[in-house]
Amino acid sequence: MIEMKNVHKVYDNGVTALSGISTKIEAGEFVYVVGQSGAGKSSFIKLMYHEEVPTDGKVNINHIDIGKMKKRQVPYLRRNIGVIYQDFKLLPKLTAYENVAFALEVIEENPRKIRRRVMDVLDKVGLKHKARFIPAQLSGGEQQRVAIARAIVNNPKIVIADEPTGNLDPDTSWEIMRIFEEVNDTGTTLIMATHSREIVNSIRKRVIAMENGQIVRDEHRGEYGYED
Amino acid sequence: MKISTLSRHMREGAKNLIRNSWMTVAAVGAVTTTLVLVAAFLILMLNLNQIAENIEADAEIRAFIQLNTNDEDIDAVGQKIESINQVSSYEFSSKEDELDNLIEDLGDEGEAYELFEQDNPLNHVYIVQTEEAEDLAPVAAEIEQFSEIESVEYGSETVERLLQFNEYARYVGIGFIAALLLTAIFLISNTIKMTITARSDEIGIMRLVGAKNSFIRGPFFVEGLLTGVIGSIIPITIVLTGYHFLYVNLNDRLNFQFIELLPWNPFAWQLSLMLLGIGAFIGIWGSVMSVRKFLRV
Repeated sequence: MIEMKNVHKVYDNGVTALSGISTKIEAGEFVYVVGQSGAGKSSFIKLMYHEEVPTDGKVNINHIDIGKMKKRQVPYLRRNIGVIYQDFKLLPKLTAYENVAFALEVIEENPRKIRRRVMDVLDKVGLKHKARFIPAQLSGGEQQRVAIARAIVNNPKIVIADEPTGNLDPDTSWEIMRIFEEVNDTGTTLIMATHSREIVNSIRKRVIAMENGQIVRDEHRGEYGYED
Repeated sequence: MKISTLSRHMREGAKNLIRNSWMTVAAVGAVTTTLVLVAAFLILMLNLNQIAENIEADAEIRAFIQLNTNDEDIDAVGQKIESINQVSSYEFSSKEDELDNLIEDLGDEGEAYELFEQDNPLNHVYIVQTEEAEDLAPVAAEIEQFSEIESVEYGSETVERLLQFNEYARYVGIGFIAALLLTAIFLISNTIKMTITARSDEIGIMRLVGAKNSFIRGPFFVEGLLTGVIGSIIPITIVLTGYHFLYVNLNDRLNFQFIELLPWNPFAWQLSLMLLGIGAFIGIWGSVMSVRKFLRV
């Protein structure tokens, strides 16, 4: 599903974020990406949805080299990938329903289908009853659930989460993880960058640990593995 | 494009114009000012052009034939004139015709000349027209060489100077209009850019969930179009009323044969349509340009 071969990433300002990354993530896997700030986690996952392109090396998604992808093909790649951030990135003036529907409207989905799909995913994340609330009226956990609903509303094959529980208290974090496991159970590949030792050590999954732009550890059912 | 998409773009574009009403006023103002200036230049340029065309069309050589030339030789001269390459048409005007024209041109005073009908002192004349106004001088010189020709006359220097002036005026005018349009596009683009920071989150999310760039540009296109169209209302009003006023008041006072303003109808309407087009163009271009920075991958 996702394959990286000797990927290097050097930013325009000369900072080397990744040096020689090679890895393979199969369809349906659940992968934690751990490492200290600046280790290259964000650059690593940004390569997967073409937010960044590799300076050198290959990134293949479904056997397509996305480094060579044409600009106008990028939107179609992203329709197959849901992205979730630490700060939710919801539009403040839109309701929960509208925020989720927005993702389908802008890819010109059929309005009738939008209505059905949006209510379905809001139900899945347990927020059907708060569909008419705007983000300011929702708690952090609820906002993140809206963001998750938006990420999965188009049935993507891959969901990428960049420190999704970073702004949330522990109880809420477990709720989010439960939803992620459900999403992963339906066959969606889930990649999650995180700083949470508790989560990684209790919900055991594959762990890719990064340091100085390189993968230093990659184990199934791994541990968080280092002191913060 | 789907109808639902189109209506979404229109809704979003109009909403943004209303939400950022002061920026809209600024952008519309830029279009209005530009178009008023462009209209003034266009009126000047197109009328100069028209005058030049009239002069070119009127430009002719009058070749006076020696008094004692017989009819056969006169015909021969006609054939020689016809054989000159640059000549587009020529016409024989007998001395009787010439006298009639003279009498007619002079109006009341002309009656005095009616006496000459008994003993006409005028020459027969060949009136020659050339393809291009620039050919007048060389053709006139060539005709003057014929032994049967007493002299030639053509509006030499005046015509040339007018045409020259018109050419310069055209270049200067086009230059000014181009500069004006670029300035307006720049102004509109910068004005809309000020409103865009508020929308950059929205654009970011659109890109993230896989909206096409053309889709993201949609509302900006509508916004630019509306800005341009609204901005052209005042200039069009000015053109339609102002040119009417100008035409009525000025045209009667200009009683030179060759200086005639373009008639209000259809010129003012054509110009209005042109202004609407230019307004829409600079509005759309400026607006779409402002979003470009956000669409780079």
